[in-house]
Amino acid sequence: MNDKLYRIILFITALIMPIVCGGVVYALVTDAYDAFEHFGFLKFLTSSEWSYTEGNEQYGALPFITGTLMTTLLALIFCIPFSLPVALFVGEYFKGTKVASVLSTVTDLLAGIPSIIYGLWGFYTLRPIIMALNISPQGSGVLTASLVLAIMIVPYAASLSAEFIKMVPNDLKEGAYSLGATHSEVVKKVIFPVAGSGIFSSYVLAIGRALGETMTVTMLIGNTNNIPISITSTGNSMASIIANQFGEADDLRLSSLIAIGLILFLITALINMIGKIMIKRARIA
Amino acid sequence: MVKDKLMLWSICLLAALTAVPLLAILGEVLLRGYDQLSWTFFTEPTPTAYRAMKAIDAGEPIPGGIANGIVGTMIILGMAIVVAVPLGILCGTFLAQNSKKRFAQIVSYLTDLLQGTPSVIIGIITYIWVVVPMKGYSAIAGSVALCIMMLPLIIRSTEETLKILPSSLKEAGLALGGNKARVMLKVQLPAAFGGIFTGVLLAISRVIGETAPLMFTALGCSLMRFSIDKPISAVPLLIWEFFNDPNLQELIWGASLFLLLFVLTLNITAKYLAKKWNQ
Repeated sequence: MNDKLYRIILFITALIMPIVCGGVVYALVTDAYDAFEHFGFLKFLTSSEWSYTEGNEQYGALPFITGTLMTTLLALIFCIPFSLPVALFVGEYFKGTKVASVLSTVTDLLAGIPSIIYGLWGFYTLRPIIMALNISPQGSGVLTASLVLAIMIVPYAASLSAEFIKMVPNDLKEGAYSLGATHSEVVKKVIFPVAGSGIFSSYVLAIGRALGETMTVTMLIGNTNNIPISITSTGNSMASIIANQFGEADDLRLSSLIAIGLILFLITALINMIGKIMIKRARIA
Repeated sequence: MVKDKLMLWSICLLAALTAVPLLAILGEVLLRGYDQLSWTFFTEPTPTAYRAMKAIDAGEPIPGGIANGIVGTMIILGMAIVVAVPLGILCGTFLAQNSKKRFAQIVSYLTDLLQGTPSVIIGIITYIWVVVPMKGYSAIAGSVALCIMMLPLIIRSTEETLKILPSSLKEAGLALGGNKARVMLKVQLPAAFGGIFTGVLLAISRVIGETAPLMFTALGCSLMRFSIDKPISAVPLLIWEFFNDPNLQELIWGASLFLLLFVLTLNITAKYLAKKWNQ
C-alpha cells in the first residue's frame, strides 16, 4: 500500500468523529426545536408542570433538572468518604503492595457491573433496608438512588485520585518527614495541597458519570413528575424521565423529552470538558 | 502518633467497606440465581406473561429461559464489533500518528466528548438516525447505538498503546526500507496487538450490559429471532422486562447472574491479558 492512500484512509476514518458528534448535536437541536418554540426556551427550563392531557399539554424540565442535580450532589457527598480513603490506601499507605492491587481490582470490578444490576440490588436489598429504618415509607426516592449512584462512582473517583496521589514527589514527602512530620501530617500538609487539584478534577469527572446514569436511577427514584422537596421524596432525573416515557411519547412530548436530552447532553459535556482541562493542568503542574 | 494510628485504621476500614457492595451484589445474584440456571434456561425463549401466570397458579416453576436475549445480544453486539473495531483502530492510528496536528486534537477532544455522553442520549440519537427513517425498531438500530458507544473506547486504547511503543521499533522498520503504511501494518500494529485486544475486550464488557440505548432501538421481542431488520431482544433488555412484569420476576436472577458472570469474566480476562503482555 502506498503512503498517500494510507494517509487518505486514516484521514477519512478520523472524519467519522466530527461527523458523529456534529450529527448528535444537529439531531438533538432540530428535534428539540418544537418544544423550545412552543414553550419558549426559558419557560421550558423553569416550568415545573408535566401533563399530557390532550389539548392542554404542558411540559417543563425543572423537576427533572432538580432531580438530576439532587441525586448527583448527594451521590458525590456519599462517595467522598469512601473514595478518598481508597485513593490514599492505593496511592500512599500501601502503594505498590499486593493488598493495594487487590483493592484496585475490587474497585475495577465495581466499575464493571452493569447499571441495571446495581438497580436490581438497590431495589431488592437497599430499598427494604430504607423502609425498615423508617426513612421513607415507599423506600424508593432521591436518597435511595443517590446511595447506589455513590457506589457506582467510587471506582472512577478513587482510581484517578490515586493516580495523582502516587505522583506526589518523594523528596517533598521526605523533606516533611525529616522536619519531624507524622504520616497524617504529611497527608494533610503535603499530599493534599500538591495532589489537590488532580483529586478535585477526578471528582468533577465522577460528577459527569453520575449526571447521565440512567437505569439505576430509573429503578430507584420513584418516578414521579414533581420537584423533590426533600431527600427522601420521590422524583425523576433527566435521564430517568427519558427512559420512562420515550417509548410511549409522540409529537410535543417526544420533542420535550429530546429537549431534556439536549440539556443533559450540554451539562454533561460542559462538566466533562472542565474536568479534562483541570486534569491536563494538574498533570503538567 | 495516636492520630497517625487512628488515621491509618480509619482509612483501612473505609477502604475495606468499599468491597462490601461488590460482595453483596455478587452474593445476592449468585444465591438467588444459581438454581435457575439449567439447560433449558439457555435454550428456550422467554414465556408469555400468560404462560408464566398459568405456571405460577399451578405452583410450577416458570417455563422458558433467555435464549432469545442471548441470540439477540450476540447479533447486536456482533454487528457492532464488526464495524467499531476496524474503524476505531484506524481512527486511533490516525490520532497516534498526528498527535501534534490541530485536526487530530479536535478529533481527540470529540472522542472524549462522545465517551462522556450518557448512554440514554446515544439511544435517543440512534432512534432519530435509524429507527425513524427505517420506520421501526430493529437489531441494526441496536448495533448502531452500541457501535457509537464502543468507538471512543477502542480509539483511545489503540492510540495509547501505539504511543507507548518504543520509537526504535518504527525507526528500524523505516530503516529496512518499509514505507510508513507498511511499517504500521507489519510492525507497529502487530506489536500493539495486546493493548488493542485488551481495549476491545473492555469495550465489549462495557456495552454488553447497556440497557438504556437498546430500549429505544432494539426494543425487545419475546420470540427467538435471527433477522436484523426487526425488533430483537437482548439480555439486559430481558432483565428490564422481568423487572417490570410481576409474572416473570422469577427469571430476573438467573438472567442477571448470567450477565454479571459474563461481564466480570471479560473484565478479569482483559486485565489478566494486559498484565501478561506488559511483562
